[in-house]
Amino acid sequence: MRLTNKHLFLLKAFMHWAALVPIVYLVLAVMTDEAGGDPVQYIIHYTGIGALNTLLIMLCISPIAKRFKQGVLVQTRRLIGLYVFAYATLHLAAFISLDLLFEWSLFFTETVKRPYILVGMLAYLLLFALAITSLNSIKRNMGKRWQKLHNSVYVVALLVPLHFIWSVKSEIIEPSIYIALTALLLWARKDQLKRIFSR
Amino acid sequence: MSNKFTKGLLRKIPWHINDSEVTPEAVFKDRRNIVKALGLGAVGASMPSAAQADIFDLFSKDKEKKNFVTQPLAFTKDTNYANDEIVTPYNKVTTHNNFYEFGTSKKAPAQNSQEFQVEPWSLVIDGEVERPITLGYDDFTKLMELEQRTYRMRCVEAWSMVIPWLGFPLATLLKRAGVTSKGKYVAFETLHDPEQMPGQKNRFLGGGIHYPYVEGLTIAEAMNDLTFMAVGLYGKSLPPQNGAPIRLVVPWKYGFKSIKSVVRIRVTSQRPPTSWNQLAANEYGFYANVNPGVDHPRWSQASERRIAEGGLFSAKRIPTLPFNGYGDQVADLYRGLDLRKNF
Repeated sequence: MRLTNKHLFLLKAFMHWAALVPIVYLVLAVMTDEAGGDPVQYIIHYTGIGALNTLLIMLCISPIAKRFKQGVLVQTRRLIGLYVFAYATLHLAAFISLDLLFEWSLFFTETVKRPYILVGMLAYLLLFALAITSLNSIKRNMGKRWQKLHNSVYVVALLVPLHFIWSVKSEIIEPSIYIALTALLLWARKDQLKRIFSR
Repeated sequence: MSNKFTKGLLRKIPWHINDSEVTPEAVFKDRRNIVKALGLGAVGASMPSAAQADIFDLFSKDKEKKNFVTQPLAFTKDTNYANDEIVTPYNKVTTHNNFYEFGTSKKAPAQNSQEFQVEPWSLVIDGEVERPITLGYDDFTKLMELEQRTYRMRCVEAWSMVIPWLGFPLATLLKRAGVTSKGKYVAFETLHDPEQMPGQKNRFLGGGIHYPYVEGLTIAEAMNDLTFMAVGLYGKSLPPQNGAPIRLVVPWKYGFKSIKSVVRIRVTSQRPPTSWNQLAANEYGFYANVNPGVDHPRWSQASERRIAEGGLFSAKRIPTLPFNGYGDQVADLYRGLDLRKNF
């Protein structure tokens, strides 16, 4: 069976739903105290993991599309990618607003001083660039440079798990699993990556 | 309500359901039994309890699990060591905990510890002492004279609380046992009971710490009047997530020094190993005195987020004080010691 545009519409609707339900869950959990008496760390971790999970799901799309010859799937990547950006934005916003309580000077000194925050910020700036250039009109205007810029999603895929494992105190099992998954997804497209980075 | 949400579209939107189709409240409340009747119990039982709690308990306050029962405690003296700072509300003190034995997230200890058994309990004080002592559960409150002390508590993760503890100075206990001239340090140990503490059973839940959790102080630190053995907070006995039935409170040090659910206090001649220091010596020193001048490698210790009353945005960032503001009482202990090296 070949997926059609109608399937694509339903699939996209499902993806919006699947991306938004966890946010609703988070809001309810915080409101009902299920996230703990001081949910700051919970919210930061939850949105960070949300961004990473979404990123990994996005990286699964093209291998699946290739394997099952469903080219139309590739069209869902922008939607998923924008949710990666949305979760990353919530994650950063939670850190700045709830943890640092808008102490901007502390935010800037911490970003410079702490490698894991710097790595996270670099990933976020790249995501930001990818998100604002995701409009079709901008894509057309950018020509070949667009693909070049958007190849940096693979850099993001390396930076984010590094940011995660660097940020934990001792619970390294979970971030290690994420590093392994990312490595697997990058390995799945190793020929393509070789081409990109040998140029 | 109009179904017309787009101009020209007047069809019924498929996910808008009539009130009659919404699950009746009685059925909703009985959903656990329905799940069981459907034979899905095994699915639920195979999930970690924390995950179950997340999935099934989110929309209900009719918790089936029972809460640990705390007892009111009487005390004879009440001293506020936190000036007039706002005391952190009880529900925050008891639902925001670092106690990896019950899981690594802040809410996990409160969720996973409610059936923790504190009776019978036995706390042994031995090592370089003249008269080793064993205290049982009742001895903590009947043998010892309890006082209330309101202390600031500064976590190494740069958040802090103000907590009214109930207990007695550690020195009282050590004097009873009689520390010998060889006693230079005091080692503490948390209960090791993987059946009751899921974090000790499962490495994933326990965050990679080597159990049992151990801590230590110099004998001078242990004998300082501020060093406190807490058996309660807010006028009641400790809930398990806060270290029931008895824990250490050292208010001028980062919170991880204040070891919970203590079963052994051993006076030693050598500096004892301490858990976080063993795990990452470059991040967590033996002394672990609160010091705004020495950053944790991954974050600044110059300020802290004070958890007080109110919602998410009502917290404040305040400057961290050397020795958590207890310098007058303890700075003398460290005369001549380079606190940047001995962090």
